[in-house]
Amino acid sequence: MTGIGLLTPLGWGVEKSWKGIVEGRSGIGPITAFDTEGYACTIAGEVPSVDGRGGGGEGDFDPDQIMSAKDRKRVDDFILYAIAAADEALHDANWKPETNEARERTGVMVGAGIGGLGPIADTAIILKEQGPRRVSPFFIPSALINLAGGQISIRHGLKGPNHAVVTACATGAHAIGDAARMIALDDADVMVCGGAESSIVPIGIAGFLACKALCTAYNDTPEAASRPYDRGHAGFVMGEGAGIFVLEEYEHAKARGATIYAEVVGYGMSGDAYHITAPSEDGEGGERAMKAALKRAGLQPSDLDYVNAHGTSTMADWIELKAIERLVGDHAKDLAVSSTKSMTGHLLGAAGAIEAAFCVLAIRDQIAPPTINLDDPEHETAIDLVPHKGKPMKIDVAMSNSFGFGGTNASVIFKKVVD
Amino acid sequence: MSDTLERVRKIVIDHLDADPDKVTEKASFIDDLGADSLDNVELVMAFEEEFDIEIPDDAAEHIQTVGDAVKYIDEKSAG
Repeated sequence: MTGIGLLTPLGWGVEKSWKGIVEGRSGIGPITAFDTEGYACTIAGEVPSVDGRGGGGEGDFDPDQIMSAKDRKRVDDFILYAIAAADEALHDANWKPETNEARERTGVMVGAGIGGLGPIADTAIILKEQGPRRVSPFFIPSALINLAGGQISIRHGLKGPNHAVVTACATGAHAIGDAARMIALDDADVMVCGGAESSIVPIGIAGFLACKALCTAYNDTPEAASRPYDRGHAGFVMGEGAGIFVLEEYEHAKARGATIYAEVVGYGMSGDAYHITAPSEDGEGGERAMKAALKRAGLQPSDLDYVNAHGTSTMADWIELKAIERLVGDHAKDLAVSSTKSMTGHLLGAAGAIEAAFCVLAIRDQIAPPTINLDDPEHETAIDLVPHKGKPMKIDVAMSNSFGFGGTNASVIFKKVVD
Repeated sequence: MSDTLERVRKIVIDHLDADPDKVTEKASFIDDLGADSLDNVELVMAFEEEFDIEIPDDAAEHIQTVGDAVKYIDEKSAG
């Protein structure tokens, strides 16, 4: 991994987002994107923007710096976010393929959990009220999930494999794992990969409310709403943003003198075959994904230093934690596990991507990100859940877990590169 | 300058984010003003809305320049 780009509820850019994480700052606030009158949930983790969205202002995310107003008609926000994060990741990696060969060997694998939910809902209203002739020609290309990757490839002239993952909340993790495999199978030398999401729209909030998945208990204290492992957890808080990476073949990165953040050494997948929205009660699906990732990495559970949990601030947090306890056994007392969703909320298809970034930055800075709002742990565990503040510690190996609706599980393992 | 031309120019400038000096009667949306085929569809929709007319697809295909649009709209409005 040689480049990272982030746009999160904690800010625009890797350093701003990471600083917020290490300090244990909450990115959750009242929804500014639409009038929440009549919604049981009125809070979310919006991307702070210059127009005041998400409580932002000067110096925050500025869409005008990414695309003209004319071009933005062609993209929903999740695509805009993906483009912004991809710009940062490619710049960070200093990768600007100019020869045709270099372009053909650079691919894109960017997914989203839901994609253009906003334009779909808005256009359905136009269709009903004004008829089919008033539907915008930009509707479909602004809503399609793979247009995030399509737009990135057009913008940077990347002519390699162009693919998109759609596995709900596991999207970001699958995108990284699958992109790494494409490099391993020699489909490309470099892959731009990750996930993006922008579902803080009326139909998105209403839809997840209907699933009884969203937190409705902390509308007056938004920063306290996402509280994984705490007795007061009450459902997940929606977030938005994007995490994009530049992955490249190891020798390719070495040859051009790129700075290597970490190596993607393990990737494991599984399916629960259990329920459309709930994880299997014993967490065996997630456990199998973690085991598969360790096997692929050639590592033992005792090699893990830090795990970024899926931990959405629901009853499923404990199921996942028990699966980790079973996996690591006596190593539990030496392991740090945290849920950064306590600060960012749940970015759905971008969650696995931004959390992978936090794993890699944890390796870079040797700091485990915290779980905030963990005031009253619901269960006892020997594992350090890193309450409130980031914790300096040795982190050579970090794993990120992401589990999605439909019972899809992915675990990705990152390892410090030792010359 | 006719009223129709001014209104068409305004729509084209707004939708294509085009340099007003370049939006002449002869200017082609695609060749001179940076539009693509989807922009053309959107422009025709905007003309329909602004002038409260319906532009069938076969007529829309022939509207390639600012002048084409003005001529079509004036004829349609007169008819």
